[in-house]
Amino acid sequence: MPSLKDLRNRIASVKATQKITKAMQMVAAAKLRRAQEAAEAARPYSERMGSVLANITQAIGGGGDAPALMTGTGKDNVHLLVVCTAERGLCGGFNSQIARHARDHIRRLLADGKQVKIICVGKKGFDILRRDYASMILDRVDLREVKTLGFANADAIARKVIHLFNEGAFDVCTLFYSQFKSVISQVPTAQQIIPAAVASSAPAASADGASAVYEYEPEPGEILSDLIPRNISVQVFRALLENAAGEMGAKMSAMDNATRNAGEMINKLSITYNRQRQAQITKELIEIISGAEAL
Amino acid sequence: MAEAFKFELVSPERLLVSEQVESVVIPGAEGEMTVMAHHAPVMTTIKPGVVTVKNASGGEERYVVFGGFADIVPAGCTLLAESAVAVKDVDRADLARRIQEAKEDAADAKDDQSRSKAEQFLSQLTTLEGALLPA
Repeated sequence: MPSLKDLRNRIASVKATQKITKAMQMVAAAKLRRAQEAAEAARPYSERMGSVLANITQAIGGGGDAPALMTGTGKDNVHLLVVCTAERGLCGGFNSQIARHARDHIRRLLADGKQVKIICVGKKGFDILRRDYASMILDRVDLREVKTLGFANADAIARKVIHLFNEGAFDVCTLFYSQFKSVISQVPTAQQIIPAAVASSAPAASADGASAVYEYEPEPGEILSDLIPRNISVQVFRALLENAAGEMGAKMSAMDNATRNAGEMINKLSITYNRQRQAQITKELIEIISGAEAL
Repeated sequence: MAEAFKFELVSPERLLVSEQVESVVIPGAEGEMTVMAHHAPVMTTIKPGVVTVKNASGGEERYVVFGGFADIVPAGCTLLAESAVAVKDVDRADLARRIQEAKEDAADAKDDQSRSKAEQFLSQLTTLEGALLPA
């Protein structure tokens, strides 16, 4: 049975923890709003990019001058996984969800006899995947120093991927990140970026006749070879932004839970503390009374 | 009074401009071009340079863009820039850094094709710097 002093210390420490989790929750809420704004601000660009890409692929058709980044190498022996996670923990199952999704994918690929290579973005995913697949990790990108995610960060990652592709280091590239559905729900997602999954909006584009008679300057193939790497950067950028928003959302709800748990714990401890104090008073009273009776 | 059309300038970070304009001068990869309403559909890549927007109310705004491409249809024009800032907000240090990077790229280039590409980009950047200096 803990003494009264122990209980008092315990309550004080839980209260301190509650203050911290409460503060973290509020910080996460503020950051979440900013991350959401950033994600929303980036949306027009990726949308336009998608429609332009659909137009141009349609114009070029399945022609021979489509760049390799688009059509792939024609094989799928070596897979590159770009796993984007957060830099920090304390955000519930956010990181482990993404890592688990990636791990399932890796297992499937390995069972099919494919070769797997991994690039980790963010420290947490690296820590988790390192345990099982250390030999497959080519590289890790550290974004801890980055205060606000810029397009440049995404561009650097995309360039790395494209460079590897040009060297023939892999055939298929898949991006793992967490899609931001809402504050309480983030869905781990796998998205294939090389070869580019052809936009399914092509029939919609052909429906309005205006898109058919584009003039290209320079040639479509040349534009496309400029466009595809940029598109990959945009995809990575979007993934990073979604991740940032998701991380903050997950952190917010995790910290909310923690605050609530701490509150419950304080209640329970206070009840024990009060009971025990009462018991002690009663005990002392009994001692005094029985002492008086003995006289 | 020329007819107005919709112009959008988008960078990956945000939507900079979305308004009715009279004409837009775009630094296309194969020369500058002025876009007005009912322009034939064109898609072009752009080089680092200055985009001049003349909006419907007669005002003129200038933006610096670093590469990207433009999608022009009769109903409007969308400019997807890799990075874009208003001319008055241009950060000189940032420009200098980009030029420095381009110089390094040109020096590191392994084959002739990529070197000439890098050098071309560098010269476009320095032209841009020259154009902005008096401002």
